[in-house]
Amino acid sequence: MVGGGGGVGSGLLENANPLIYERSGERPVTAGEEDEQVPDSIDAREIFDLIRSINDPEHPLTLEELNVVEQVRVQVSDPESTVAVAFTPTIPHCSMATLIGLSIKVKLLRSLPQRFKMDVHITPGTHASEHAVNKQLADKERVAAALENTHLLEVVNQCLSARS
Amino acid sequence: MAAAAALEAVAPTGALWGLVHDFVMGQQEGPADQVAADVKSGSYTVLQVVEALGSSLESPEPRTRARGIQLLSQVLLQCQSLLLEKEVVHLILFYENRLKDHHLVIPSVLQGLRALSLCVALPPGLAVSVLKAIFQEVHVQSLPQMDRHTVYSIITNFMQTREEELKGLGADFTFGFIQVMDGEKDPRNLLVAFRIVHDLISRDYSLGPFVEELFEVTSCYFPIDFTPPPNDPHGIQREDLILSLRAVLASTPRFAEFLLPLLIEKVDSEILSAKLDSLQTLNACCAVYGQKELKDFLPSLWASIRREVFQTASERVEADGLAALHSLTACLSRSVLRADAEDFLDSFLSNILQDCRHHLCEPDMKLVWPSAKLLQAAAGASARACDHITSNVLPLLLEQFHKHSQSNQRRTILEMILGFLKLHQKWSYEDKDERPLNGFKDQLCSLVFMALTDPSTQLQLVGIRTLAVLGAQPDLLSSGDLELAVGHLYRLSFLEEDSQSWVAALEASGALAALYPVAFSSHLVPKLAEELCRGELDLTRGDEPTKCSRRLRCLQALSAASTHPSIVKETLPVLLQHLCQMNKGNMVAGTSEVIAVCQSLQQVAEKCQRDPESCWYFHQTALPCLLALAVQASMPEKEHSVLRKVLLEDEVLAAMVSVIGTATTHLSPDLAAQSVARIVPLFLDGNISFLPENSFPCRFQPFQDGSSGQRRLVALLMGFVCSLPRNVEIPQLNQLMRELVELSCCPSCPSSSTAAAKCFAGLLNKLPAGQQLDEFLQLAVDRVEAGLSPGPCRSQAFTLLLWVTKALVLRYHPLSSCLTDRLMGLLSDPELGPAAADGFSLLMSDCTDVLTRAGHAEVRIMFRQRFFTDNVPALVQGFHAASRDVKPNYLKGLSHVLNRLPQPVLLPELPTLLSLLLEALSCSDCVVQLSTLSCLQPLLLEAPQVMSLHVDTLVTKFLNLSSSPSMLLPYKPQVIRALAKPLDDKKRLVRKEAVSARGEWFLLGSPGS
Repeated sequence: MVGGGGGVGSGLLENANPLIYERSGERPVTAGEEDEQVPDSIDAREIFDLIRSINDPEHPLTLEELNVVEQVRVQVSDPESTVAVAFTPTIPHCSMATLIGLSIKVKLLRSLPQRFKMDVHITPGTHASEHAVNKQLADKERVAAALENTHLLEVVNQCLSARS
Repeated sequence: MAAAAALEAVAPTGALWGLVHDFVMGQQEGPADQVAADVKSGSYTVLQVVEALGSSLESPEPRTRARGIQLLSQVLLQCQSLLLEKEVVHLILFYENRLKDHHLVIPSVLQGLRALSLCVALPPGLAVSVLKAIFQEVHVQSLPQMDRHTVYSIITNFMQTREEELKGLGADFTFGFIQVMDGEKDPRNLLVAFRIVHDLISRDYSLGPFVEELFEVTSCYFPIDFTPPPNDPHGIQREDLILSLRAVLASTPRFAEFLLPLLIEKVDSEILSAKLDSLQTLNACCAVYGQKELKDFLPSLWASIRREVFQTASERVEADGLAALHSLTACLSRSVLRADAEDFLDSFLSNILQDCRHHLCEPDMKLVWPSAKLLQAAAGASARACDHITSNVLPLLLEQFHKHSQSNQRRTILEMILGFLKLHQKWSYEDKDERPLNGFKDQLCSLVFMALTDPSTQLQLVGIRTLAVLGAQPDLLSSGDLELAVGHLYRLSFLEEDSQSWVAALEASGALAALYPVAFSSHLVPKLAEELCRGELDLTRGDEPTKCSRRLRCLQALSAASTHPSIVKETLPVLLQHLCQMNKGNMVAGTSEVIAVCQSLQQVAEKCQRDPESCWYFHQTALPCLLALAVQASMPEKEHSVLRKVLLEDEVLAAMVSVIGTATTHLSPDLAAQSVARIVPLFLDGNISFLPENSFPCRFQPFQDGSSGQRRLVALLMGFVCSLPRNVEIPQLNQLMRELVELSCCPSCPSSSTAAAKCFAGLLNKLPAGQQLDEFLQLAVDRVEAGLSPGPCRSQAFTLLLWVTKALVLRYHPLSSCLTDRLMGLLSDPELGPAAADGFSLLMSDCTDVLTRAGHAEVRIMFRQRFFTDNVPALVQGFHAASRDVKPNYLKGLSHVLNRLPQPVLLPELPTLLSLLLEALSCSDCVVQLSTLSCLQPLLLEAPQVMSLHVDTLVTKFLNLSSSPSMLLPYKPQVIRALAKPLDDKKRLVRKEAVSARGEWFLLGSPGS
């Protein structure tokens, strides 16, 4: 599934000195959220909160800090049960792109109600093999097969674990 | 007679033959100890033992010879101290000869040699001969572990006692040992062998041409990769081996040319533990190396360290990398050079600067901090390195600060500058002109002031910290800089209270005021006083919240800056004046504002405690003023000012008590005696002569007068006398104690009677054992018993009982058990039962105003444990015997006691108490529930196995679930499925929790988590 992604932890990093962005704070709890009667629909910020703290596979940084995910690139419609997330690899040849996409996909699978149809893809024009990666991420069977692979699951879980 | 003596002489020898036979031929182990004991007691000599062994030592059968020698060796091991020189010589010759014998015999021979190596009577020359024989005859590594260990012991013994002789062997000894240990695999033996190598090097044995061999034979174990087997009885940890090998490798510069390439190779490896070990070993080496050893490897070492710090995801690698760079730089800085030699420090630092500088110019990029840390690690190593690096980096950073305009970029840059400035504090410069920071001072100051006025809190915060560090540099800031700085701090003290910058600004004020008292007393205190005055005037015209909060800020800023005695002399009058103004001006001053003044006073008092002179100044200035205000307030008057009522409120009194206590605890005994001679007569006789304003409309007689206002002030007396050092004599003590008991049982005003009871208890706790103490106790007990009988003052009597009990429990007084029993009896009292239950909480907890360690009370450290052991059985018994409606009181009492108990004491008692605690959980009182839960909660974590035995099935499941992941695994699919539903809850907060719980469950037992 992950082509050429054997570089985790070995040798030189592909992008050793990435630009670092500030983290957004916790979402403030509103009075409406405290009110049991008012339903809160699932919005872009909620989806962004799910994925912003995913760890990058090679840096001790989050996807938010590397600007790989941004709230403006999250489209969600609660009534239609659809969510679309575009992510931006730090460099156009990033071999980690598929792995990052997979982590986002798995995080959404684990965190969103089953009714949702999710689409995770690369921000258009930001990666050399954008089309190939998008195709892999859209293929349900390939995603399922990838998660059967213990080594891959381990890397994905590390990305999804909370940093201590 | 002669015949009998001869018989006796023969008889033991006969017995010896028997014992020898049993051991050698009969294969019994016991006789060896018997023979050794007989030799020790003098029944026969070693020579006789050898004679008795004679035939077996010469037996053609190697097993018999081995057995014979084994017996001799075991005897020698126990009796080597009895040997004569002549005997030792013969034995050594014998044993050396036996080294050539059959391999079955060798273990026993080595044991014998070990015994002889311990022998003091060993004549010179023999140690060398033994070692030569071993090196020549024995192939050590083909022996079993035990016997190899014996060889190491022989060598160790000789090295301890025959160092000079062994050194006579020259490098042959080293070479011999190298052959002995070559190929050693057992961790137990390695620990000894490493120790020997370390001694060879550190005690300066000749290594001759064998330096590299010695290095090879030890470094082949680096990095140590050893996991102790489960249930290892020897208890050798990986860390033991790592440290002892490191001690060897890092013990001499002579290994450097071999070791450094090895370390570089291992830092570059993939294995985390190897990286860490190599970096730590390099760090250790730098303690003994010099430029000569390092110079050829500096580029590679720097490249490896840089790569690790730049790329690692592990904080430990980063920390060890930085530590190694620090030591390397320190080592290079330390080396003494010949006049014409090149100084490698400069070129090394230039290398570092070259690789890191440009990253400092990109404050948004990831490598900015690793670069700064590397530079700071090097700069922290020596004054020279610090100069070299900061003189390069500071101009760059100052320039970068101006180039970048965003607050977060500036913050990163300023934070780096701060790091470099802090390093300068480590070095003291004799000559003022040489201080490298002088040249940058003006630029730094203007930069800090820019940061202080920036809207970003984060940048302000770093600015404040930088200001404090600049201020700490001696003679750096000019008076003009200080005036500006104080101005900024003044402005920052009016920020919102919860902002971090506000807290930091107050801290910085405190730190800088201690260094520059003149600047603060001339530029800060007057402005704050003025602001406070303005506030006072405004106070008359309504009370806007903003003005009120400005006044509060002033108060806090005043107390924060009171870190120097001369400033206290300015701020204390301002604070007291403010309190008086509030009193006089008929202004609307809320309770909270008076309390705020008291809190500021208390903070000032705390800061004065360090300096005896200011402590006394505070005490003799503040106390009369506070007491005068309070006495004034307690006077019956037609027109009460609002403040007067406010001053008598419980909360305000409590705040004043804490000021008085803080101002008293650190007084020297003679000054305290002066003060007590005025304050006690004030309360007992109404002697008001020492109060600053003492024209009152009527007498002050808190103990006689009926007015409840005056009686309330007994709390202030309590705050004072209960904080005095124990050896200060209190005048009119007898009268005082009687009055206090009297007042404590007076039913009119609960707060003054409680204060009296506390005051009585506080004094009681400090009195030395003796007749006087017994009398006071009797007085209290009588009064309590009279009061507890049905009547109007039962609850007052109970309060007195409680406090007296506490005073005695704390000091382990023998009467305390009696009083505790009385208290426990009250648990079943329908009226006082609940109060008695709560009383247990008071007994076990720490008070803040009286009976504190800080207030010199006698508090024994184990009083809680002791109270638990003495009283819990009775509580449990009482619970079982009690009627249904009072049972909750016992449970509550019990849970209070357990709640305060240290866990290690509680755990062993748990099995017996658990059923009771679980009953307490179903008790309707929510205090009991909470207290029991907080008592059970740590136990659930600490001792699930104990808990699980006792709790019903539901709870058991829950406990097991919470304590071990393997128990959870079977539930994983079920829980994940169940948690899918709340993912679609209509409430976001519910979904958030469900997401985090479900995420955790997915990770449970899964690879990579």
